Formats: sequence, C-alpha cells, structure tokens
Amino acid sequence: MAAGLTRAGRYSAWALARHAFTGSAWPRAWRSPEPKAAYDVVIIGGGGHGLATAYYLAARHGISRVAVLERSYIGSGNVGRNTTLVRSNYLIDGNTQFFEHSLKLWEGLSHELNFNVMLSQRGQVVLGHSPVQMDVLARKGNIMRLNGIDAEMLDRGAVKRLLPYLDYSERARFPIYGGLLQARAGTVRHDAVAWGYARAASALGVDIIENCEVTGFQRDGERITGVHTSRGAIAAGRTAISVAGHSSHLARMAGLRLPVESHILQAFVTEPIKPFVDHVISFGAELFYISQSDKGGLVFGAHIDGFNTYTQRGQFAQVQTAAECAVALIPAMSRLRLLRHWGGIQDMTPDGSPFICRTPLPNLYFNGGWCYQGFKATPAAGWCFAHTIANDEEHPLVRHLGLDRFERGNGHDEYGLGLWTFRQ
Amino acid sequence: MLIPCPHCGERDYREFRYAGDASKARPPLGSTDIAAWHDYVFLFDNPKGGHREYWQHVLGCRRWLVLERDTATNVVGRSWWPSEGSPG
Repeated sequence: MAAGLTRAGRYSAWALARHAFTGSAWPRAWRSPEPKAAYDVVIIGGGGHGLATAYYLAARHGISRVAVLERSYIGSGNVGRNTTLVRSNYLIDGNTQFFEHSLKLWEGLSHELNFNVMLSQRGQVVLGHSPVQMDVLARKGNIMRLNGIDAEMLDRGAVKRLLPYLDYSERARFPIYGGLLQARAGTVRHDAVAWGYARAASALGVDIIENCEVTGFQRDGERITGVHTSRGAIAAGRTAISVAGHSSHLARMAGLRLPVESHILQAFVTEPIKPFVDHVISFGAELFYISQSDKGGLVFGAHIDGFNTYTQRGQFAQVQTAAECAVALIPAMSRLRLLRHWGGIQDMTPDGSPFICRTPLPNLYFNGGWCYQGFKATPAAGWCFAHTIANDEEHPLVRHLGLDRFERGNGHDEYGLGLWTFRQ
Repeated sequence: MLIPCPHCGERDYREFRYAGDASKARPPLGSTDIAAWHDYVFLFDNPKGGHREYWQHVLGCRRWLVLERDTATNVVGRSWWPSEGSPG
C-alpha cells in the first residue's frame, strides 16, 4: 500500500478513465520544494538507493523529515544506466539472503508504490560450458533451494528447448553443457523504480531536492551535523551518503578514505527487433548478460573497462569485447546493428561486495561499493540502509558489509577469487 | 586511450594492465603495523582529477611504469619508470 497518496493522486483504472473523460491534468508525481534549514535525515544522492532509503525511512520507521539531495535530476545516474536485471541466484551466506529479500520486495513493489515498475519475471538462465561448471551451478542451485529460493538445473537438451537460438553447433567457441534457471528472475523498468520511489516518498513528506550539489559537510568535532550545498547550508540530525560511483568524492569531503575505486561499466542496446530473446541469459564463459527490452532492443553488458575513471564515456575495446561475446553466444546477433551504448560509474571494492553501514564519524552513514550489482539490490539496500540510519545500528542482513571488514580479515567474496581480482 | 610507454612509445591502452594507485608508500617490509598495511592495500584517495597510477605493458616490453592521468577526462600526461620516483 502506498500510504500518503491522496485519493485524487492515486493511480488506478478508475483514475485513468476519469482523466480520459475529463481531460484534467495529472498531478505532478513528486513535489519540488525549496530546501528547508534542517531535517532529521539528509540523504545525499537521489538515485534508486537514496530514494528507496527515503521511502522506507518514512514508511517503515516514521521518519519523514527527510531530504534527498540530488546533484542533477532524478534518474540521471546509475538507476537509469544499468541493464535492468533482477535475480537472487547467489552462492555465499549473506548474499543469498540479502538478494532474495530484494527479489521479494521487487515482487510486491508495484503495489507497494502504486506505480507500475513493470517487473517481468521471465526467468534467468546461467549457462554452464564444462562439466566442472555444471557442478558449480548444481552447488549454487542446491544452496538456493536450501534457502527457499527457486532454482532448476537444465541439461543441454532443456536449454536448447528453452533457448533454441544459442550456438549449439560443433563450431561453438564454448560448448553448452546446460544451465541453472531461476524462473523468478527477470527485468524491471529502471526509470519507473526511481520515479515510483520518488513519488511515494514525496507523498509521505520527503523533500526531493534536485539540482542541489553537496559541496561539504558541517561538523561539530567528529560529529557530522549537516551539509553545505550549492543551494545553501542544510542541518541534519543524521546524514547518509548514497552516491555510488562518487562515494570516494563525498567521503573525502568528510575526511574519510574508502576501499573503493571508481570504474566505468558500459551497457549496450541493439536496434529493435521482433520478440526473440524471451529470457535473461548469462554467458558462463565470460561475464556477459543479455535480455530483450519491451521496445525490442537487445540489452547487454559485460565487464568494466578495467581502469579507474569518472568519465561516463567507455573505451571502444570493451564495445568489441561485448559484441564478440554476443556473437559467440547468439550467432544471429552478428546481423544486428548496435544502436546505443553508454557508461555508468560504479564503485569497485576489493571483494566485490558493497557497504551498508555506519562510518567512523558519528551520525554519518554510508551505502556504496555496489560493483556490478547495485540495481537488483535497490529495494533491499533502501530497506536495510533505512534501518541502519533509523536505529544507528546495521540491519541484520548487512552486518557483514561494514567498512572495517578488510582490517578484520573478513572480506565477503562471492566468487572465491580473492581480493582486487577485477584489476587482473 | 594511448599510453606513452617510456620504452615503446605511445601504445593503445589495451596493451597494458592497470595496477592501481602509485602515490602510496609501502610500509617497511617486516612491519607489523596492521593499520599501515590496511591503509596501503585497501584505502585509496580515488580522486576525480589528477591521478598517479601503475600500469604494466603486458603485451609490449612488460615493464611497469607510472602514468599521470586525469580521471575526470582520461587525458593522459607524463609517464616514467617507478625507479625514477617522480618525473624529472
């Protein structure tokens, strides 16, 4: 239920019919207030995570004197730059439970927000290209099922029936042995996530302030007491950083250094074609993932470019790599033209896992370090970050995601490859 | 992006492997100061702007070099051997 929305403001079939007949204007989806002098909580970053955090602070913790400060406009950052995939097929304890919580929240999100986020649970197949990889997928599937998450092993014949357009020929660069299907995985319309959370949070009293860049922190000794912005000073009981990509940039203003490097991840979309790829497919031989959008474009992504940068322009070499993966997996794609590609700046961390935690500075909280997995985490990250801010204590689902974990030797490494592997 | 290798000249960045921040000093070998090692291995300025970083010319001379690059624009500056400490 989306609390706070007036009857006139709710979206429904009845409202659609009424507006169609009367021709009356739809109300703005969220207010555009001037910043107040003080808030209980100031969230820096109006991306999916920041807006979800604000919504859950108001909806679940009764804290509605909240401001979300966005340097640009809502939806301009990574929430609108990802490949829109949601899934919960993780291997290690902590990730399994966190991402399943997220997927469950995705499943109820359109009703919760009274905003259609167009969740499409078309299923995701992770392919296995060797007997050993099939063993790894079976282990992952077993772990998922033991945690109550749906998972189904597919042999080569089952994959071929489900995805007949992959390369099953003798010439295939990586032979397909089978795959692991999570039927509940799928895609979400990512812009709608930002708009839906913004609208629902605004209806609960959250001030969403766009074009407001944070330029520094106010402090009283160690304690963070507010922010300086391009639109004036704002006092805050608690201040939360949720700006992945620019986490280090914000942390430095508070005198902190993070275990984070900023890297560019590119995404690609082809010209639109008729319905063709009806699942989400993850290549097992390389990091490569593909789905088809409702508009018909094949949307895919691969690795980061490989060196730290804040430019949102990708290198051509990575375009080639992604296209090579696409054609190795789906030979028919060689006849498609690439329509667009773009980049998003993401935090890369030593172990590939994020942070949702307090910081060494009282009243300053940090959510970031999401590596490749920020979008699918959006609802659970907002849920857990709101809890962490409201209670000044980490949510049980994210207790292993503190900033101090490397010093304590507790890296949280999903792939078991060791630390800093993305640099190699 | 073209990277000037002090030995091979300007080459495409794909011939190189990025190896992180070069501005930090390693604690003395044998040091048991965990906080200093943690800082050296894990914490980075990660600046939006000028950055000194290690690259290895893995598909060329295989030597390591230090490069100046602006992370906000990817504009590449000078490079030199790590043994030279800083550019002349």
